[in-house]
Order: sequence, then C-alpha cells, then structure tokens
Amino acid sequence: MLKFMLQRLVSGLVTVWFIATATFLAMHAVPGDPLLNDKAVPPEIRRNLEARYGLDQPLPQQYLLYMGNMLQGDFGISFTQQNRRVNDIIRAHFPVSALLGVAAILIAAAGGILWGALAALYRNRLPDRLIMLLVVLGISVPGFVFAALAQLLLVNVNRWLGFTLLPVAGWGTPAHLVMPALVLGLGLLAFLTRLMRSSMLEVISADYIRTARAKGLSPLRIFFRHQLRNAILPVITVLGPAIAAITTGGFVVELVFAIPGLGRYFVQAVQQLDYTVIMGTTVFYGAFLVLMVILVDILYGIVDPRIRERGHD
Amino acid sequence: MLAAPLSKLFQNLSLSLVCLLVPALPVLADAVDYRNQVISIALTQEPPQLNSMLATDQISGFVLGHIQEGLLRYDADNRLAPAVAEHWELGAEGATFWLRQEARWSDGKPVTAHDFVFAWRNTVDPATGSEYASILYPLKNAEAINRGDQAVESLGVQALDDHTLEVRFEKPTPYFLGLTAFPSFFPVREDFYRSRGARYAADADDLLFNGPFKLSAWVHGASLRLEKNEHYWDRDRIRLNRIEVPYITSETRSLFNLFKDDKIVLAGLDSETLQDALKQRYPIRKFSDGSVFYLEFNHRPGHATANKALRQAIQAIYDPAELVNKVIALPGYRPGRSLFPLWLGGVERRFRQEYPAPVVQPDPEQAQRYLAQAKQELGVEALPPLVLLTDNSPGAAKQAEYLQSLFKTRLGLDLRIDRQTFKQRLAKMTAGDFDIVAAGWGPDFDDPITFGDLFASWNENNRGRYNNPEYDRWVRVAQTSSDPRQRMDAMARLQTIIIEDVVILAQYERGLVYVQHPRLEGLVRRVIGTDPDFSGARVIQP
Repeated sequence: MLKFMLQRLVSGLVTVWFIATATFLAMHAVPGDPLLNDKAVPPEIRRNLEARYGLDQPLPQQYLLYMGNMLQGDFGISFTQQNRRVNDIIRAHFPVSALLGVAAILIAAAGGILWGALAALYRNRLPDRLIMLLVVLGISVPGFVFAALAQLLLVNVNRWLGFTLLPVAGWGTPAHLVMPALVLGLGLLAFLTRLMRSSMLEVISADYIRTARAKGLSPLRIFFRHQLRNAILPVITVLGPAIAAITTGGFVVELVFAIPGLGRYFVQAVQQLDYTVIMGTTVFYGAFLVLMVILVDILYGIVDPRIRERGHD
Repeated sequence: MLAAPLSKLFQNLSLSLVCLLVPALPVLADAVDYRNQVISIALTQEPPQLNSMLATDQISGFVLGHIQEGLLRYDADNRLAPAVAEHWELGAEGATFWLRQEARWSDGKPVTAHDFVFAWRNTVDPATGSEYASILYPLKNAEAINRGDQAVESLGVQALDDHTLEVRFEKPTPYFLGLTAFPSFFPVREDFYRSRGARYAADADDLLFNGPFKLSAWVHGASLRLEKNEHYWDRDRIRLNRIEVPYITSETRSLFNLFKDDKIVLAGLDSETLQDALKQRYPIRKFSDGSVFYLEFNHRPGHATANKALRQAIQAIYDPAELVNKVIALPGYRPGRSLFPLWLGGVERRFRQEYPAPVVQPDPEQAQRYLAQAKQELGVEALPPLVLLTDNSPGAAKQAEYLQSLFKTRLGLDLRIDRQTFKQRLAKMTAGDFDIVAAGWGPDFDDPITFGDLFASWNENNRGRYNNPEYDRWVRVAQTSSDPRQRMDAMARLQTIIIEDVVILAQYERGLVYVQHPRLEGLVRRVIGTDPDFSGARVIQP
C-alpha cells in the first residue's frame, strides 16, 4: 500500500512539474509582455522594470530561477499589483473559491443522488421524465446564463417582498453563499443525477435485491440499505475530479456575484499577461487537481483491492 | 520537495476557511443611510496600485483622489481650487506654493513641502520605474534624471522651509497648476514610506492620508471602506461620514442589479442595461469622459496606408456621425471631428470654439479619384487587404464590422479584422504590425498639448510612426511658448495637419451613461481629476 501511494505521489510531482514547464513556455510564446501598457514608457524605464522582474535574463535562466523559487514555495510578486505577493493572493482568495466550491458540491451531491435514485425508481414514468428533462436543461444551459437569471430572480423577489431575502451579490455572510453555490453546483447536480440513475437501474435488477424483497424487507429499508449504498459507488469516483473542477471553475459565478475568489485572478492574469500570477495560479490549481486524483486513487485502492494489486505490476 | 511548501499552504488555507463566514463588513447595508450619512458604491476592479508615485489607472486614481490631496484640486464646478497650497505664484521660469499650516496627515503630523519634494524625486528616479514619470517632465532636469543622466537631487523642486515649495521649470508650463491635482504630484511622507518598505500601499495600514477620507479597511478583491478623515483641513466641506465599497465586479449587469436592489448609489450602463433602465423609467444621466477614439494609420514605409491618397480616399467615405448614431447608438457619445475634444480650454473660451476643426464632408466621387491616384502611385492594379487591429470587446467588434462593410461597399477595399486581447494588441501596435489600429487617448491634464504631442516623431505613443518635421515644429512651439495665443495658434496648426494629412481619423468622443440614486446629491463627474468625486456628496432626506 505504501509503495502504491509513493508511486502515485511521484507521478503526481512529475505531472505538476510538467504543468509548470508547459505553462512557462506557452506564456512566453504569447506576443506581448506584462510591462506593456496603454501609455508607452521610455526605454530606460523599461530596462529598469525588466531588471526588477528578471525579464532581462535569457529565457532558460528565467526558467531555472523561477523553478528554484517555486521549489521554495515562493511564486514571486504580481506584475499588476506590484506590492502583492502571489502567495498572498492565493492564500487570501483560494479559501473563498474553496468554500463556494464545497457548498456547491454538497448541493450537487445531495441533490444528484436523491433525484437520480428517484428517477430510477420511477423509471419511464412521469417523475423520471420530469427529472430527466431538468437534467438535460442543467447540462446544456451554460453557467453564466443560470448566474444571470438567478440574480435577476433575486432582484425581483427582493423588490416584491420589500426586504432583502437573499443578497444579490457580495460576500461575507452565509446568506451570500446560497445562490452562487446553487448556480455553481447545478451542472454537476444534473450530471450526478444521470450517473446515479443509470447506476441505480443496474442495482435494482440485481439478484440480491430480489433476495431482499423475497425476505420480506420493507421497500424503504431495501432502498437505503441495499440499493442506494451499492449504486452510490460510481458517484463517489467522479467526485474527486469534480471537486477540483468546481473549486477552480467558478470564474463566471464569482464575477456575476462579485465574489472575491481566486478564479477572477486566474482569468484576469491571462488577459494582463501577469506572468507570476499565471504561473502561481496554474501550478497551484494543477497541484490541487493532481492531489484530488491521487486521493481518489488511494481511496479506491483501499475500497477495491484489485486496483491496488494492479499497481504492483 | 514541492509537497512541503504546498502542504503548509494547505494548512494555512484550512485555517482561514474557518474564519471565512465571519462577516468582515456589514455588506447588507442599503445604498444610502441618511441618519449616518453613509453610502455604498461598487468598483469595477480592485485598485491595482494605491502608491500615488506608481499608480496609472482610473480606479486607483479614483480611490487616491478621495484619500489624498495635492497642492491644488478641482472644485464642484471643475475649476482649480486651493488644496494643500493656500496660495501660489506662477511664472514662466517656475512657481512658488505656500502650504497651509493646518494641512495634516491622518496621524496628526503636518503636511510639509518636504513631502512633495520626496514624492516628486522618487517618481522621476529611474530606479522607481514609474510609468507616469513623464508627467513630471515640466520640472527642471526631470527628463534627464528619469533617463539616468543626472542625480535626483538636481530636480527642480525645493522646500524653502516647511511650508514653502519652490518649483523650477525646464520650459514654460502654463498648465502646471492643473498638473498638481494629479496623483503623481501628491505628497508622500518619507519616514512613513521608509517604515513600510516594499509593503507601502499594500494594505490600508500601509498608507497615510491627507485627503477628505481615510481608507480604514481593505479586504483585497472584496471590499474597501472610506471614512471621513478628521484631520483633513477642509473637513467641514465633507458631509459623508463613510463610503462603503462592498462589491467589486466588472459585470455591468450585476452592477445594475445591485442598483435596482437599492444596494449601490451609482451604476454605469451599457447598451443592454440602458434599455432595461429606460423601461424602468430611471432618469438616465450622461457624461462625456474626455477621451477621444480614432483610427490610427500605419505610416511606416511598406504599408499601403503610408500613401496619402489612400488615406484621403478613406477619409472621403468616412462619416463619424453615422458611426456614433447608427453603430454605437449610446447617449453621451459625440462624433469625432478632431484630435482635440470639445471640452479642452483654449485662450479664453473652448479651444474648438476659437479654432473650429476643418470639416471634410463625405464625398464618394472624390474618394474614387483618390483611390485611383493611390493605386497609380503604389503601382498596383488592386490594393491588398488592409489589416485593422482592434481589441476583443463586443463594441469593438461591432465597429470593426461596420468599417469592413463601409470599406467594401464604398471603395471595394477588403479589410481584415485582427482582434486581439489587450496585451497582444499593444504588442502589435508597438511593433507596427497593422495597417489601421482602433486606438484612443485619455487626457492627463487640462491643456490641448496632452493630445497635441501624440504624433510628434519622438513620442513613444505615436504607434503609427507618423513623421512630419512641420508637425514636430508646431509641437515644439506649443510646448515652449509662454504666450497663450501663440500656443493655441500652434495647436490649431496641429489640428489642421492631422485632418489635411489624414494622420488619423477621429471616430468619437466617448460618453458614459449611468443611473444615480435619487437621494444622493453633490456628486461631481469630471474629465480631469477624481471621477466620480464623492467628496462633496451627501444623502438628502427621504
């Protein structure tokens, strides 16, 4: 088991190194640089700025310097916010994205499992048809449309009520979390519903369910003890990468609801060609994703010994 | 190896997760609070740089304009008014400012002439790398210092005593008083600056304030709070006790929703939200923000646009009024008729009233003659497609497509649209990788030269590399003469050359459309200086 975990960890580190290198090369291949601005600066000032950020060095040198600093956990200073360290930006804004993401996942997982199971139980009948219609909507309508609609709905509800039921945007209290988390979780909720439904359909027709029924167990007991527990496995599998995807993919929701998450820095850094913030956020997100995949692998190894055995080959 | 710092980071993260749901600021407050004189506003982005010596953008300028103050400021009628300086004398050689005794920093210590000397020297110091250093070039030796040829101590500014500041000019600068209201000219106190080192202006605690407000809280990316500065010399003028900034987003629709929900007092509108606001019967306000947008031709040899007849052909089919009325279709925008916008002051009245821009009427037949001449001079049967470089905003795409169809139908010219993100567009502009670029310029100070010197051969912002000795000569006259009439005459020459030589084609003067809370009074919008300016605003009774 220990060897299996070590193997996974080493391959994870190689992946992160690859992400960092590829990002570094791609970023420098893009025309333009972070020092270019609306107002042109005299060449002397430009040289000074280049020297300050080490951009006057040849590219291989810059790469080595950057990797050296990164190994010490230092992502450098932002180009657009010259007195903020990238580490500080990640430390201040990732927790916001993470909290939003976790809330979204909870909503998606709870909703997805429940709706999926219900749809399977009422297969091809009205509840199933209704749920699947909503699922198709949830999967195909992009998040920014949901975000805009949800916000408009809130404005109208608040005005109709004459008081603030839920805040329209902003951050700071649990009430601020509700709508953005719902919107962010909607796509995953739809996906999980579909997954849960098909998985549940397999379980329903399994022999042990028939046995349970033959034993005279109550339908409720069969549902919770036998059907749900077995059908939920594939859902857990996809949750790992989904957590990473959702905590990192909330840019639009963060923008619409004015939430100070990391997603906004991630996207704006690319537009501004803010080298250090691009590197910092990409490597951090990459490492986070890799970590989630490793965690799922390890969990799987614990649950299912066959996977662990294959790891020895 | 990598795992160690990362795991530490995760530890920190999980700790801060717990504290997150504790509200940092009361963000559920309404847009206005009459009893406490508090308002809430939104910013479209986090202020990138609150160090006045380095700030370059509009958002940072807005915050700085509320928390700090220079020698002079713009008043409610957009006229220059005394600020830290009580009175002054301006001459051709230089200026002297007498600072008021009661001007204080937020820690109670006096604002002195030394604070100005320190800030100005630091800004032109090449080691500081300030992008706006050139705005201080009217000061004696500033340019030489900025290029690393002279010591910073030789800068033409001196504290005669704590409250007398003497300024010497490189050349006569009749618009100098207006410059002193610009953030790059704000004072910075040396001992405080040194005590913060690289952290100066990084957080609310890392700044000192001598303006109407103090920055009392700043949660990065989330919120700011401005509180009335009890040490401000003119505190009786300030009616608001607090300005809350609980929202930061660039999403126009979200800002308008917040306005509808009575959470913010001001919201800018785009064409979509404008329709919505009209339907809701909100009073729409408009304001011309002072910037001019234009099509800049590439004059480098080898580009078809270096040919004057071709540029004239394009000029002859081009109608900025059609662009503004049919394509942009937003209130507040004005058709561009000159490089010099309408608001600029001349000798006694507005520059454009004293020196009307020559009008070129669209003339399709004349355009064909110019086009034939251009083809002949270039020695081609058909012109190759021209490349129009533009940015990736939806508005820019619409305008580019309008031009594309205009060029095709009227001249039979193909226009290839090259849409680029901000930095890539700048890189291509700098490298000269375009035939025509959709560009614009915002004024730095209230004098036509802020636009006029743009196409001087030595100007780094002259991206089309227009090079005309006659143009350069008039720029020098406008820059060095101390006679207002002579200067504005020179400026008028520049205006004529721009139009007759088709250096650029003015497209429009940009407008802003917005909605404002009915109980907010005294808000001032300005072209030059802090905009919007809340320092004289107040909440009126329900």
